[in-house]
Amino acid sequence: MQHNEPDRNNNAGQEARRDFLKQSTLLTALSLTPSVVVQAAEKHLDEKAAAYFEQVTLKLTINGKPYTLSVEPRVTLLDLLRERLNLTGTKKGCDYGQCGACTVHIDGRRTLSCLTFAVMHEGQAVTTIEGLAEAGPQGKLHPVQEAFIRHDGFQCGYCTPGQIMSAIGCLREDRANSPDEIREYMSGNICRCGAYNNIVDAIAEVKKGGQKV
Amino acid sequence: MINFQYLRASSPKSAIDGVRTDLSAQFIAGGTNLIDLMKRGITAPPKLVDINNLPLRDIADEGKTIRIGALALNSTVADHSLILKKLPLLAQALNAGASAQIRNMATVGGNMMQRTRCPYFYDPSLPCNKRAPGSGCGAVAGINRMHAIFGLEPVPDQHVCIAVHPSDMCVALAALDATVEVWGPGGNRTIPFTGFHRLPGSNPQKDNTLQHGELITALRLPDNALATHSHYLKIRDRASYAFALISVAAALDLKGKTIQQARLAMGGVAHKPWRLTEAEQVLIGKPATEATFREAAQVAMRGARAFEHNTYKLKLAPAAIVEALTRAAG
Ligand SMILES: Cc1cc2nc3c(=O)[nH]c(=O)nc-3n(C[C@H](O)[C@H](O)[C@H](O)COP(=O)(O)OP(=O)(O)OC[C@H]3O[C@@H](n4cnc5c(N)ncnc54)[C@H](O)[C@@H]3O)c2cc1C
Ligand code: FES
Ligand code: FES
Repeated sequence: MQHNEPDRNNNAGQEARRDFLKQSTLLTALSLTPSVVVQAAEKHLDEKAAAYFEQVTLKLTINGKPYTLSVEPRVTLLDLLRERLNLTGTKKGCDYGQCGACTVHIDGRRTLSCLTFAVMHEGQAVTTIEGLAEAGPQGKLHPVQEAFIRHDGFQCGYCTPGQIMSAIGCLREDRANSPDEIREYMSGNICRCGAYNNIVDAIAEVKKGGQKV
Repeated sequence: MINFQYLRASSPKSAIDGVRTDLSAQFIAGGTNLIDLMKRGITAPPKLVDINNLPLRDIADEGKTIRIGALALNSTVADHSLILKKLPLLAQALNAGASAQIRNMATVGGNMMQRTRCPYFYDPSLPCNKRAPGSGCGAVAGINRMHAIFGLEPVPDQHVCIAVHPSDMCVALAALDATVEVWGPGGNRTIPFTGFHRLPGSNPQKDNTLQHGELITALRLPDNALATHSHYLKIRDRASYAFALISVAAALDLKGKTIQQARLAMGGVAHKPWRLTEAEQVLIGKPATEATFREAAQVAMRGARAFEHNTYKLKLAPAAIVEALTRAAG
């Protein structure tokens, strides 16, 4: 299935809004990024300057589905997921790399989606918390999701998607061999509710059970 | 964040050309430092050149040296069998930095280029000569708990900048005699690691000696006999995921109990990773005992000077040196 996200904008109101945004962003660009615009003007690209540096075509696979998108370079992967694609399972805690709430996997590696621009991931595969369970309402949860439920690995749940994505990374990297090792390699995920002990127990259980993550 | 022009470079040459032609353009690698600074309005490059597609990720044994590509991820380097076997100090220092997720994004070149974490640098409403030259240093008479004790100007009220370099990896690289391979508009050159970062002098806005448009392509680390006895000690406000208050990279080559060679460097104490060559000289030829380590620590602290909130570093630093050497020898 091909998800061409701009299809959603196929009504007149949206188009008008997009044109307005384009123009106003061009004005912003004129006042704020002179060298780019001067360069564009020199190359007689002035009218197209906005398009030239505003939107970049981006192909990504997210949770197994291919997407073709058009995004501004300044959009972080986190904002793309949440604001454009409605994948709000990935949380914005701090937006500065300090809390781990935005953890996703990029080509299988746990990373922070708030500290990377979406355009930097052309052709790569992103997995979010929404991509872990089997599809459908009866779909089986991922073993780490089940372990978090069994061990009460959360209270408010805000940090949980990030904790679970990070925990899977921790297990795959073989860094879950003792409670101390789990604590060290999960230290990038802050839980303001303080569910840490249960999180460590959940991860240790999956490790002990030897399930494939 | 203002928008910017985005270029994905396909060769080192196109990357260098892309940055060279625009004085405010910057490379972007992992993005973990640059995007943070852009979000906070500390820097606002109108153009970013993405270097992630360049073939600079390899880690290779070249016989007498190990070459690490500038785009190798911090986690890849820390987990690499060659590094664990021959340069465990580097692996330890890398693993002491940031978090598992950030190490999966951060590159070796980006780590070297990361800016200071001084709170005055980080807040555009406060004075900072590094961020806004001429605005003054807010830290000298402000909250200077994290700040430098070495490499300071001789006249106390002339401090232009007392920020420290925040990297853990770089402390190990300074100790291990790394060299930096750089390609640029003016050709290729090699910089000894201890000459890569600089002291603030009168232009603290420059953290290092890299010229605009120059691209770090690799690090080279010479073979050494220090792998069995090395230790990276990091002291911070919490057990993990915090920058160093003080860190020490220590490595020894022991014959029996006698020290043949020694390497010692400190982080969190100066505008650059601080190599302690005089203290190393004290260690050579002596037995690896606490008395020897104390003597070296005393020599290491010569010239140190503190401010209102970081006087604790004058005690913590020598204690950390003794501890790191003890663990390295053990
Ligand atoms: C919450 C948090 C905690 C952290 N804790 C620690 C810690 O405890 N210890 C520690 O050492 N670090 C820590 N870091 C910093 C982290 O190590 C750096 O952000 C990271 O190493 C930067 O690498 P990068 O590839 O992401 O660089 P980028 O952000 O992509 O780039 C940083 C700078 O380097 C330049 N650059 C990148 N590559 C090259 C190249 N090849 N040639 C020339 N210039 C280049 C860019 O132009 C940019 O100016 C932390 C970061 C965060 C966000
Ligand atoms: S939102 Fe990304 S680390 Fe906090
Ligand atoms: S469960 Fe509330 S923040 Fe972790």
